[in-house]
Amino acid sequence: MQFGIFSVSDITADPTSGSTPSEAERIEGTVLIARKAEEVGLDVFAIGEHHNPPFFSSSPTALLSHIAALTERLILSTSVTLVTTNDPVRLAEEYAMAQHLAKGRLDLTLGRGNTVPVYPWFGKDIRQGLHLALENYNLLHRLWREDVVDWEGQFRTALQGFTSTPRPLDDVPPFIWHGSIRTPEIAEQAAYYGNGFFANNLFAPIGHFKPLVEFYRQRFEHYGHGTQEQAIVGLGGQAFIAKRSQDAFDGLRPYFAKAPVYDHSLTLEQWAERSPLAVGSPQQVIDKTLEQQEIFGDYQRQLWIMDHSGLPTKTVLEQLDLLGEEVVPVLRTEMAARRSPGAAEAPTHGSLVRAKYGDGEPRQPRPNANRGDNVTGTSPYQDSDPSQPARHPVFQ
Amino acid sequence: MTELDSETRRLVIVNAGTSDPSSSRMLADRIAGKTIDRLNADGIHAIVQTIDLGPLAGEVGHAIVSGTPEGALAEAILSLAGADGVIATTPVYKGGMSGLFKSFVDVLDNDLLIATPVVLAATAGSARHALVIDDQLRPLFAFMRSLPTPTSVFAAPEDWGDPALGKRIDRAALELSALVGSGIAAKISTEGWKNYQHGWGGVAAGQDAYAVDLGSDLMRIAAGGR
Repeated sequence: MQFGIFSVSDITADPTSGSTPSEAERIEGTVLIARKAEEVGLDVFAIGEHHNPPFFSSSPTALLSHIAALTERLILSTSVTLVTTNDPVRLAEEYAMAQHLAKGRLDLTLGRGNTVPVYPWFGKDIRQGLHLALENYNLLHRLWREDVVDWEGQFRTALQGFTSTPRPLDDVPPFIWHGSIRTPEIAEQAAYYGNGFFANNLFAPIGHFKPLVEFYRQRFEHYGHGTQEQAIVGLGGQAFIAKRSQDAFDGLRPYFAKAPVYDHSLTLEQWAERSPLAVGSPQQVIDKTLEQQEIFGDYQRQLWIMDHSGLPTKTVLEQLDLLGEEVVPVLRTEMAARRSPGAAEAPTHGSLVRAKYGDGEPRQPRPNANRGDNVTGTSPYQDSDPSQPARHPVFQ
Repeated sequence: MTELDSETRRLVIVNAGTSDPSSSRMLADRIAGKTIDRLNADGIHAIVQTIDLGPLAGEVGHAIVSGTPEGALAEAILSLAGADGVIATTPVYKGGMSGLFKSFVDVLDNDLLIATPVVLAATAGSARHALVIDDQLRPLFAFMRSLPTPTSVFAAPEDWGDPALGKRIDRAALELSALVGSGIAAKISTEGWKNYQHGWGGVAAGQDAYAVDLGSDLMRIAAGGR
């Protein structure tokens, strides 16, 4: 079971002081938050992708690669990577590069995002959003698994004899989570490939996402990747912690009051009661999280959003101390004790390498000399079978 | 919800009148009573359930903003989903149906009332609002693809003492009982179910809420196809 934090990278005025951090301050603060996550024993730090103010994270791989260089253990991830408006070729290249620099401590959560104008900014049509997401991942999947790809689809220029470089570290692609809150097609795709499924578990009644998670589990089994309990499920959530419950409510209240993401026809207390929002003492946050395990079954990754709505970096760092010291250690013990022996472990680069190679040496692709194309002759890598030409494009 | 035998027909009143007693509710009760009489006369057992929107106003407001009906509102919608016939009544406050009534309909699944027979009714402080039903409620229930009865029932203050109101109620009740008794809703929504769009997790009767059409184009692409 992995525990961590995820962020959407919003730069919001602190309602208690009225001051808005600069982009520079917020980016620097986010690096501090990620390093703190490792320091307090969390497993995962994930950052979103946005292309408009007040968000800073237009380039998640740059940030995550930097954090990778400053950390030892932390798994870097996204929340989410836009699989609709990004070219899957660029995704394959950028995230493979980041995976190398992070020495495998990198995975991705793919999603469609919720910013409508982002589609036209990148020349895409939102009405095709789901189709784009599905098709783009189909290509990304192949780019990371086949040295040479011929491909033709609805949305991007066809590829003939294309090699995405660098090849994934150890020739093992980063693990993929497919994020969705309402779309069975996304759950189906996650299940088809045996990838993970992530529900952000925010802003909705407790258990609201269970049908989608269950559908994913059933389809995961259907496609022969394992039993339903071996499916790889991640859940989001949000937490605000204080030693005394009332202090947590009082501390979050001014930020909640200004946060545009909440329906303010309900009070903070109602939100805490009805939704996965965990506000209160460490024990209350623990109880809320254990309730998710009861509802959704054993899952592999729990992320909380901790920095948002103008909470100052200092407060976020204090929150992480509480999360790492008083909440997560108890959850590790309690959730492990309740865990079915058949439930899957959270995938890591190490576990994926073992699954692919056993005790054998991982493949380390070494390219041949430049010959100008990948279309003629063998694969561009030295370990390819010389008698086995690369698959040629089919001209029709 | 009590277990009902499959032969029992269930009428559901949706009442947006908020006072107690509410003239909208009284109008709905009279229509429901007459409809039950008609159904009983035809040998059909029927019951009435009432959704008073007033106590649900907070949840309706929340659902408008959050998109997710919860609590007592979610239960009310489930009850409406299983209705064999509906009697919808709204007061007219400002030249139109009440905002609460419209907001309630706004949070329903688009397919919730497909082919469901509905009597449309309204009350107002003046006969000059008489066209609100035809001008506003009929288009709304056309969008919902329900089956409004040919007769709708409007009551201004002077109508309550006029026997003509009773006749209109009789007429609407006959029409509703005929539609409910005919089983037309089940025929359309069962045989034609796949021809309507349905949302994931919808609560319309007859829908397996989380059924997925695995044969769709997008599902084929999701499973690695083109």
